[in-house]
Amino acid sequence: MALLEVRDLHVGIEDCEILRGLDLTVNAGEVHAIMGPNGSGKSTLSRVISGKPGYQVSAGQILFKDEDLLAMEADERAAKGVFLAFQYPVEIPGVTTMNFLRAALNAQRKARAQMEFSTPDFMKRVREVAKSLNIPQGMLKRGLNVGYSGGEKKRNEILQMALFEPSLCILDEIDSGLDIDALRIVAGGINALRSPERAMIVITHYRRLLDHIVPDVVHVMSKGQVRKSGGKELALELEARGYAQFEDAA
Amino acid sequence: MKQIAAKAAAGRAIDNVFAAAHGRLPGSGPVAHIRARAFEAYERAGLPHRRIEAWRYTDLRALIGAVLPLAPQPDAVALVRAAASVKQAAVDQAVKLVLVDGIFAPELSDVGRLENGVDVRSLREVLENSTDSAIASLVLSTTTDAMISLNAAMATDGLVITIAEGKALKRPIQIVHVATGSLASNFTRSYLQLGHGAYAAVLESFVSTEGASGYQINDATIALVGDEASLSHIRLAADAADAVNISSGIIAVGARAKLDLFSMTCGGSVSRYQGFVTLAGEGSKLSANGVNLIRHKQHVDTTIVVDHAVPHCTSGEKFRAVIDDCGCSVFQGRIVVRPGAQKTDATLTTRALLLSDEAEADNKPELEILADDVTCGHGSTSGALDGTLVFYLRARGLSEKDAQALLIRAFLGEAIEEIATENLRDFVTAQAEHWLQARR
Amino acid sequence: MVAVPETVERVRRIDVDQYRYGFETLIESDKAPKGLSEDTVRFISAKKNEPAWMLEWRLEAYRRWLTMTEPTWARVNYPKIDYQDIYYYAAPKPKKTLSSIDEIDPEILKTYEKLGIPLREVAILEGVEPPPGGEPSANRKIAVDAVFDSVSVATTFQKELKAAGVIFMPISEAIREHPELVQKYLGTVVPTSDNYFATLNSAVFSDGSFVYVPPGVRCPMELSTYFRINERNTGQFERTLIIADKGSYVSYLEGCTAPQRDENQLHAAVVELVTLDDAEIKYSTVQNWYPGNSEGKGGIYNFVTKRGDCRGRNSKISWTQVETGSAITWKYPSCILRGDNSSGEFYSIAISNGFQQVDSGTKMIHLGKNTSSRIISKGIAAGKSQNTYRGLVSAHRKATGARNYTACDSLLIGDKCGAHTVPYVEAKNFSATFEHEATTSKISEDVLFYCIQRGLSQEEAVGLVVNGFAKDVLQKLPMEFAVEAQKLISISLEGSVG
Repeated sequence: MALLEVRDLHVGIEDCEILRGLDLTVNAGEVHAIMGPNGSGKSTLSRVISGKPGYQVSAGQILFKDEDLLAMEADERAAKGVFLAFQYPVEIPGVTTMNFLRAALNAQRKARAQMEFSTPDFMKRVREVAKSLNIPQGMLKRGLNVGYSGGEKKRNEILQMALFEPSLCILDEIDSGLDIDALRIVAGGINALRSPERAMIVITHYRRLLDHIVPDVVHVMSKGQVRKSGGKELALELEARGYAQFEDAA
Repeated sequence: MKQIAAKAAAGRAIDNVFAAAHGRLPGSGPVAHIRARAFEAYERAGLPHRRIEAWRYTDLRALIGAVLPLAPQPDAVALVRAAASVKQAAVDQAVKLVLVDGIFAPELSDVGRLENGVDVRSLREVLENSTDSAIASLVLSTTTDAMISLNAAMATDGLVITIAEGKALKRPIQIVHVATGSLASNFTRSYLQLGHGAYAAVLESFVSTEGASGYQINDATIALVGDEASLSHIRLAADAADAVNISSGIIAVGARAKLDLFSMTCGGSVSRYQGFVTLAGEGSKLSANGVNLIRHKQHVDTTIVVDHAVPHCTSGEKFRAVIDDCGCSVFQGRIVVRPGAQKTDATLTTRALLLSDEAEADNKPELEILADDVTCGHGSTSGALDGTLVFYLRARGLSEKDAQALLIRAFLGEAIEEIATENLRDFVTAQAEHWLQARR
Repeated sequence: MVAVPETVERVRRIDVDQYRYGFETLIESDKAPKGLSEDTVRFISAKKNEPAWMLEWRLEAYRRWLTMTEPTWARVNYPKIDYQDIYYYAAPKPKKTLSSIDEIDPEILKTYEKLGIPLREVAILEGVEPPPGGEPSANRKIAVDAVFDSVSVATTFQKELKAAGVIFMPISEAIREHPELVQKYLGTVVPTSDNYFATLNSAVFSDGSFVYVPPGVRCPMELSTYFRINERNTGQFERTLIIADKGSYVSYLEGCTAPQRDENQLHAAVVELVTLDDAEIKYSTVQNWYPGNSEGKGGIYNFVTKRGDCRGRNSKISWTQVETGSAITWKYPSCILRGDNSSGEFYSIAISNGFQQVDSGTKMIHLGKNTSSRIISKGIAAGKSQNTYRGLVSAHRKATGARNYTACDSLLIGDKCGAHTVPYVEAKNFSATFEHEATTSKISEDVLFYCIQRGLSQEEAVGLVVNGFAKDVLQKLPMEFAVEAQKLISISLEGSVG
């Protein structure tokens, strides 16, 4: 059984069709990279899987662990294990990162009928993860993402990913706005989370990221469809020859 | 009891003024009817006073007491004297349209230099030569403001300017209001209409001839900026030291159109500019700015109401006031966002700089927000010049006054630099400089 | 305690149909005849065994009131109040004179227990949970004065306060027992002629709290009053007078609830604070009067005059308010900064929902030299409510060196509500430095989606963001009240982690 099964997905926003019959199968343990030019629908796919309102699904289905993902609210999907690392993580003034982490983690655990973490256990867990990602404790006491640098925001996304232990991680341009050192830390954090039970979808423009996070499968998206899939060597080919060759392939 | 007596007294005073003006106010039939109704509306309210919220800081009953009788028709001597003042006030390249004591003076104006696509007529001509009820609407008052009602009742003349669709004026139009008389009132009312995609820069100057004193101005400008049109409207009030100037602007801005508004007052004893701007078409933009330079016992009020009536409009406002001696500055800026006017972006800053320990600054920025998906904010500060900055400059060898002047210039510059047209910006800067020089 | 259930509760709580304190206590009461006349005033005064000077004071106010007209306000709409259709005095019928708390009608005690206000001193020791991060409750105490309809039913911790020299008692008792203090200060901050509702209050106030903190004394515990309107068709007109003598300090807390009723009820209180040299009063309010139902029916008209006079040098008055209730709120807790170097603060959270109308803010009147004031206002409008901040900051000629900082932020939830900011900033002094900022925003969809993607429900996400928005003010509440505010607005995890 595939962890994620996207079948003939058609999605539009305000009368404009963005995904035009997209198919994608992701098995547990795999890392998939999705590449493609601007406007090919990569980010839309990530938002539709995670349940952002405002998109109209006109046809197709998304199965996650054999359940109909489209029938669930975004928070239900999160509790089921779908995690989206945002390209632009939001800032929430007055809500400390620590506070936010606990609220979210306990909401998910509650939805899964798990015990909420005790304060000491929770604190211990956060400290461990934060340390591994080079996140100073002081940062956790500040408002969520408020005044964080681009790199800090992305590391904060990975911190949440590590803490919530999702089974599907979607990383939407996690490399954007990162310098090489920050990229290394973020990629290291992501690689540490690779496991046979967990799948990842890495959305990116650049092959550079895939040097650090080596994918099992690479997909090329264009005009709302997956035009070609292959191994990691496909990324190299893309870099050498550009996206144009895939524009009209089917 | 006292209040009622005061109200009655103000009412009687104006009654005489209106009755006395009979026969001198252009228009008959529907126009005369509307004038009478507008006057009744004024009479009911009387001169605005501090209990009228919009006039809380500019109590005309206390400040001016009564409305003076209508100024006489300017004679040849008056026109000659006015010509000198017009020359002084003239902006390079601008096409001048002159109103002397509330009456259009074609002989002092550059009517012949008007570009194609611009139609200019005097309000008097329009009102007298037509009985069409549509024309009557030119004097119709659309607000409950008593001073605007009074203007509708009493307007003797003004300009009706129409700029054709797609016409971009190369030269600015300068409307010069000249007061030559003393202890008399001028009532003017002008209309400005920009067709679709048109562009115009309109400068309004208020000046007086030497010796003119204690006069009162009540002016109203009604402007309609068509879709995708762009209007730059600049007003400079440099009235005689003991004059009163109450001016109102009622402006509607169409879709994707742009309005740049700038107001500067540096003369007069009691002045108020009240601008009511409605962003009526989606995607319209307003930039409203101004500086007031206040000294002696001057009272200068700028009141701006920006009404975001539809979604996706942007407004930005910057107002600065410098107050010296016993001057009093009033700034009221209201931003209204109507229900459904989503994606509104509106900001306002108002800053007052007090230069003397008897100066006064009253600020009332106001937000009235009835839609949720908006970004609105205002900021207001008042205070003295930063002592450390003055000291720093003095330590570099500047005199106290020079150091102050430098800092005041920078303070005013924040608003003046918003004027897009270079020669108009320079003109305004020169006016401000003149004021600063006089401080030494 | 975790954030999530608390925030959920908060969101539910601001839904006005869920008013938790809407029950009614069935007890016998002693009422003045309906309506207002000189006889009503005499009746109230007689009930309280007041001295002649007090009756005269009231009658003068009543006569003055007759000459006044009810004010109309810019953004507040309500049907005309019939002042002859109100009971001006309602007291739980006592079996006999009370000598201890055990003699209070058990029904009233139960009411306060339901409200979470323990009147038994032992209960206070056991019952107050510290807020997250707070110190254990064992050594913290709150003295409570409970006002039920028109009269004070119990004041706790009298002995301990007495030992410290602090007078904390119902004002009706203070009029009899400390007439010199009451006469010296009553009506000196809010004169009987101040405004229509303050004048009405002066004529008919039936009870309230009186506090006097002697020179150099730091009040050993928080003082608290709970106001409860129970009777139908009654107005509540309490009067509070707090005097902090030289070098003293007191923190005073006030909470309010009322039963759920279809008709509107009037609450017209007057609060006067006086601080002498180097003294400080911290006054906190959690106002949760019944706001009316979701159609806008019923609810309390909360027309309150609160004013503090920083009479002495270096004195300080700080107002903190959490306003969630009432159909209409009209209140401007103000500071007259008379003493040189005195300072005033106003921290406010005003939440409006349903058809609520809130018009609240403050006045900072700078009269003395080097006075300073600070205003932080957080307005949250939801439903079809209208939420207005109205504030005045003024510096008079002689108030050299006056300083003010004001920040007003409004948050809109939904497109049927309104948020308004009306500041009046008047500088008559060139050495005054005033700064005012205001913003209006909504909770962005991106922020909501981000929270929801991390597993929070929509309501939890809103609660979390609102808490963050109001944090600056929540932190100003005294610890004891934070517990109460936590129930009301939810402080979630703030301050407990890290």
